Amino acid sequence: MSARDTSLGLRTDQPVPPVGWFSTGALGLVVVGGIILASYAPRVAPRGVATVLLCVAVALLAVSGVMLVRIESFAWRTFATVFKWALLAYVITSGMIEFAFVHDHTRGYSLVIVTLMLVVFALSVPTTIAFTVARFADPS
Amino acid sequence: MSDGTAVVGKSTQSGPPSDRAQIQVVPLAGLPVVAAAVVFVALSIGFNWEWGLMFNHVVGGGLWTGIDLFVGLVIGPILGRLSIPARAEFSARFMPKMVIIMPTVVMMTLATGFQVARQAGNLSASSPNHVWLIVSFCVVGVMAVIALGILEPANIAVLYEMNKPVPNGELIGRLMKRFIYTAGITGVMQVATLIIMTRLASR
Repeated sequence: MSARDTSLGLRTDQPVPPVGWFSTGALGLVVVGGIILASYAPRVAPRGVATVLLCVAVALLAVSGVMLVRIESFAWRTFATVFKWALLAYVITSGMIEFAFVHDHTRGYSLVIVTLMLVVFALSVPTTIAFTVARFADPS
Repeated sequence: MSDGTAVVGKSTQSGPPSDRAQIQVVPLAGLPVVAAAVVFVALSIGFNWEWGLMFNHVVGGGLWTGIDLFVGLVIGPILGRLSIPARAEFSARFMPKMVIIMPTVVMMTLATGFQVARQAGNLSASSPNHVWLIVSFCVVGVMAVIALGILEPANIAVLYEMNKPVPNGELIGRLMKRFIYTAGITGVMQVATLIIMTRLASR
């Protein structure tokens, strides 16, 4: 697996595990879960579907994390730089959404589900962005 | 290897562009405006400020829809026909602004939209607008996954690639294609949003 095109001295597209697809899949599932919860507001949404979606999303995110750390040659410094700033941005966004739900008197189990979905949201987007940037960066 | 080397600054140079201006991936000058928008949205929600909620939702939504349609249906097709160096040069100036504008208008629109719907009674299952509201949630959900999972990562990856001493023009071209196609899809979905929102507002 050559990560470099030696004739140009450039790092080119290299085979990498589908980290981006898995983290985007996790994002998609929490978005669907969020739509289900929001469509029932202010009533209590059915917990089963939201819980299943959340569990699958957490599993996808965990798998993407495992695939990520198993990549042998990877631009970790670039990944960390992009990830931390993207994380800051999406923690603020998630905080705003959480604030809106709390303000609208979401409580109990529904609030726990919403909070965990927002945690997945706040982790999956920075993972996808940072991975997409770092996969084309020079590991050195 | 001239593709993508003339990204910003000296557009005629060939070879390693050592004196090429670095692209600021996140324009720092825009951050105070973003902070002001976040505070405005938070206060509007916190105090149930009807005008503030409506202002943020209408202004944010109008900008979001307008920018998406313009980029997806006007800028995108033009960009797709440009040479890779021309695309790269345009993107170097255009994309950093999108990095800061789009998340801000999306946050303004969505955070306040839910409150506006609650205040208007559209969240109630008995409301005649409830079905339209759910459809709008679904449209926004699809747009969010496309924008956050595909468009934004490609956008930032292009900017990082352009900041390298010798950018890979072929890679920039490929990532830009992703940007152009997904911007087209979200542009079409924004037409659906316009139909739904005007229908909701007129009932």
